[in-house]
Parts: sequence; structure tokens; C-alpha cells
Amino acid sequence: MANMISNETIEYVGILAKLELSDEEKEEAKRDMGRMLDYIDKLNELDTEGVEPMSHVFSMNNVFREDAVVNGDDRENILANAPEQKDGAFKVPGTMEQG
Amino acid sequence: MSILELSALELGKKIRKKEISAVEAAEAVLKQIKEKEPVIHAYVTVDEEGALKRAEKVQAMIEDGTLANPLAGVPVAVKDNLCTKGLLTTCSSHILYNFVPAYTAQAVENLERAGAVIIGKTNMDEFAMGSTTETSAFGVTRNPWNPDHVPGGSSGGSCAAVAADECFYALGSDTGGSIRQPSSFCGVTGIKPTYGTVSRYGLIAYGSSLDQIGPIGKNVSDCAAVLETIASYDKKDSTSVPRKDLHFTEALADDVKGMKIGIPRDYLGEGLDEEVKAAVLKAAKVLEEKGAIVEEFDLSLTEYAIPAYYVIASAEASSNLSRFDGVKYGLRAKEYEGLHQMYKRSRSEGFGPEVKRRIMLGSFVLSSGYYDAYYLKALRTKALIKQAFDKAFQQYDVILGPAAPSTAPRLGESLGDPLKMYLGDIYTVSVNLAGLPAMTVPCGRDSKGLPIGLQLMGDCFEEKKIIRAAYAWEQTGEGR
Repeated sequence: MANMISNETIEYVGILAKLELSDEEKEEAKRDMGRMLDYIDKLNELDTEGVEPMSHVFSMNNVFREDAVVNGDDRENILANAPEQKDGAFKVPGTMEQG
Repeated sequence: MSILELSALELGKKIRKKEISAVEAAEAVLKQIKEKEPVIHAYVTVDEEGALKRAEKVQAMIEDGTLANPLAGVPVAVKDNLCTKGLLTTCSSHILYNFVPAYTAQAVENLERAGAVIIGKTNMDEFAMGSTTETSAFGVTRNPWNPDHVPGGSSGGSCAAVAADECFYALGSDTGGSIRQPSSFCGVTGIKPTYGTVSRYGLIAYGSSLDQIGPIGKNVSDCAAVLETIASYDKKDSTSVPRKDLHFTEALADDVKGMKIGIPRDYLGEGLDEEVKAAVLKAAKVLEEKGAIVEEFDLSLTEYAIPAYYVIASAEASSNLSRFDGVKYGLRAKEYEGLHQMYKRSRSEGFGPEVKRRIMLGSFVLSSGYYDAYYLKALRTKALIKQAFDKAFQQYDVILGPAAPSTAPRLGESLGDPLKMYLGDIYTVSVNLAGLPAMTVPCGRDSKGLPIGLQLMGDCFEEKKIIRAAYAWEQTGEGR
């Protein structure tokens, strides 16, 4: 395998992806990602010098609209999906130390 | 003749003529579901009560004349990545196991306005990531032609439901072939429209620059009629394209005289099953006999489409799926310390292996130091692939080829080697990168009795040409 993924890289990707991996999953991810990147390296055969990266096939511009509310109040239905809620808001674990 | 043997349009006609009621149609489908589901498992959710109630309402509207659409009263199955207000929408993922949307996807709303009766939500690969429907968190779907085989994916549930008469038509989504490949494996017809034709509002995003919703049906006419109904310009989707002509059913003419059809030699080479190749070339021959001008040509760059696709799709997925964090909906881990670990644990418990694999690859190719080498390189490759198609469509009206290198593999054979599974997308992913419309129509069966699919691709906004070619082929009756 040309692309050897280090433990540090997998840790870093885990942080970016917000995933907590078991040791077994990490080993698997290192192998899978290495193989996939070897395959993706095939793109290096192509000369893309001077080619503009194409994010959208049609030339698209930002679509602007007035910042006006057009939908009704749907708080109840939306909050019904929340794992935890309190006082009409989503409830999450504390984010700051209590001082 | 059983109700179930009718096409969607035939049923719609009988409903309008009051020969069959919408309720009878829904009941027939629900009975078939009860018989077939223990083996096929095409659905994640069957909404029996809601469907019957809705059928009654639609029937009343047909009778008082407020509804006269060709699809009014016809039961439809909807892929479980399309939001349906009040009806469980899981994306076949544990992380959305209990998600009940507060709104309905625009494409589904367009169908409802036309009088459609939603029967239920169909199984799929988790977050549409997969080619077999085996990555679903809620169990596999089996191929109605042979239950030991997969239905394909990711819209495997939708295609299997159509093939097993568990609905009259279905909606799917196609990011890298997810309508066309399972349509091929299940012997049904499916269209992936030009990017921007069907609003993505309410479609749970995988690769936003590639995703399109499209119809899956028993024949070309049904698919054209459904596409005509779901297509709309929508301000809620900033990539929606205003199109002048959405009258796709006008293209249903048995006439390919003078139509120029190109077959990419790159699509007939190594890796293509001989029986699939023979069936596809036979279909081309038949179209030639009907007056089309058919020739082989070099499309080029085909081998670069898959690596470019997996970089782009994974990158977009890593961004799109960051919204699943255990705060607003879906699964929240039971044990955690603090907010950050709550995010991580909820995602790690909620996502399956294939989804994690793609999120990690996507995070990696977007990370600083690798962004140019992988992500921008893939976007440059995409530009070259688009150019290759632009050049081809200067010469040809339609590009013809296989939809998949083989017929449906057996269950359990694909997931062990992800890279090999990705290679199965070779004939479908280029279309998504270039934003093109393409469709699959059945073109016979292999020696095991499994369906083979013919793929027809058109230039952007030229759905009518591929629909016409597909219709002309279908009329010969040789595809069955």
C-alpha cells in the first residue's frame, strides 16, 4: 500500500469527523483509507494543469431572498424529535465548567 | 386481470373512469405487501392506516371533480431519505431511528397535490451509501427475481417494491447510480433527471452536488408521467433550475428514425459480464433496425470517474452528515461526559461502518494539506469528464451502454471488499458528475434468470431524447 495512514492521522480524522473509534475500528479505517487513497491516486495520471475546479455543472450564483419568515410556528413538531428538551428549547449537556 | 398487473397510468385511468376505486387500489397493494414483505422486506415503514385514510379522501376528490390527474389515487412508495410530514423517515440509519419530519419533501408534495397515495417508506443503503441495500440498519432487502440476490442500491427497496408489485411506482434518489443500478438488478425502469430538475428540498442530503430524486416504475410511460409531476422549480432549493419544458410524456413516441446513438467503447471493456454485454448490444442492434444511427466511440476518462466521485461524494457527505449530533433529532448516546463526547458517542453509535468510512474519507480529503491534492483534483477531473460528455453530445443524441457490469450479486458477497463494490458503479457515476439525465430500462435476463438493464444517457435537459429511445425499445417487447 503506497498510502500508509498513521495512528496520528486516524486520530486527527476522528476529531474532524467527530467519531469515537474502537482500536479495531481504527485499524480497519487505516487499512480501508489507505487502499482507497491508493486508488484515488489514479487521478494523478491526469494532467489537470489550468483546469478550473468545477463545483457545479451549471454556472450558479448565490440565490438571494428577502429575510422574511414564510413558514408558520412549528416549534412543537420540531421539538418532538429532540432527544431532550426543556422550556421550549433543545437541551444539551453543560458546556462550561461551573465556577 | 388483477389490479396489481396494471401500470400506474392504467390504474389511474381506471380510477378516473370509476372502474376501480383508490381505496381498492390501496387495499390490493397492502394485501400484496403482507404476502411479499416477509421475504422481500422492501419497506422500512408501511403506513396502512394513513394510506387507506388518504385513499378515501382522494377518492372523494376524484368523485367531486377536484382531482383529475393521471396519477390520482395510485399508490406510491417513497424512499426513506425523503421527508414525509408525520411519517417516520429513517434513511435506514440507526441515528434517525425515531425521526418524524415536521415537513414534506417538495417532490413528495408535488405527488400529493396530484392525488398520490403514499403506501410507505422504502428500505435503502444507510444514507444512500452503498450498492446493495445491505448497509441498511434495518435489515436487507431481497431481490424479487431471486431472494438469494441483492436488489442493488441504494434505492433497492423502491426498486424491489415496484418489481414485487408492492406499489405501482416509487421515488428513489440517485447520487452515483442509486436509481439506475437497482432498476437494472430488479428489472424495472428508472430515471435520474438532469441535476436541478427535481427539487431536493426535504431530501436528506448525501452528496448535494450529485443528488437527484427520480421515478422508478413498471414502464417508460409511468416514469415519464411521474417525472413530469415531481419536477418543479423551487426557491427552497438553491440549485433548482427553472426549465421551460417539463412535458416529458410528449416524448413517448415509437420513433428513433435518424436518432444518433453512441456506445462508448470504454463501457464494453474489461470487467463487463459477457451476457450483459450481449444483451446491451442486441438492444442497440434493435434500435438500429428501427432507424437509429448507432456507432461505437471513445468517450475517454471513464476510469477516472469513480475515484473523482468517491472524493467528491465523501467530502460532501462529511459536511452534510455533521448535522447528526444527537441534539435536534435522532439518537443520543446514553452515556457521555460533556457536550463534545455526547456528539462523538451519538454519531459513533448511530452510524454504520460504510457511513463512517465515507465520513472519514471525506473529512480527510477536505483537511488542510490534502484539500488541493484530493478535493480540488477531483473537481478538476469532474470538469474534464463534463467536457468529454459535451464533446460526445455534439455528435450523439443519446449515449447507450450497460447500467452495471453484472446482474445482481448474491447477498453477502459485496460488503467485504468496499473498493470492489465501488468499482461496480463504473457506468453510472459519470452521469452524476456531469449532471446529465440518464435512465435504465430492462433489456432481457441472464442465464440465471436475473434482469439486465440498458442505460440511456442524454445531454443536460434532454430527457425527452432518452425517454423516446427507451420507449421505442420498450415497444419491441424484447426487453422483458
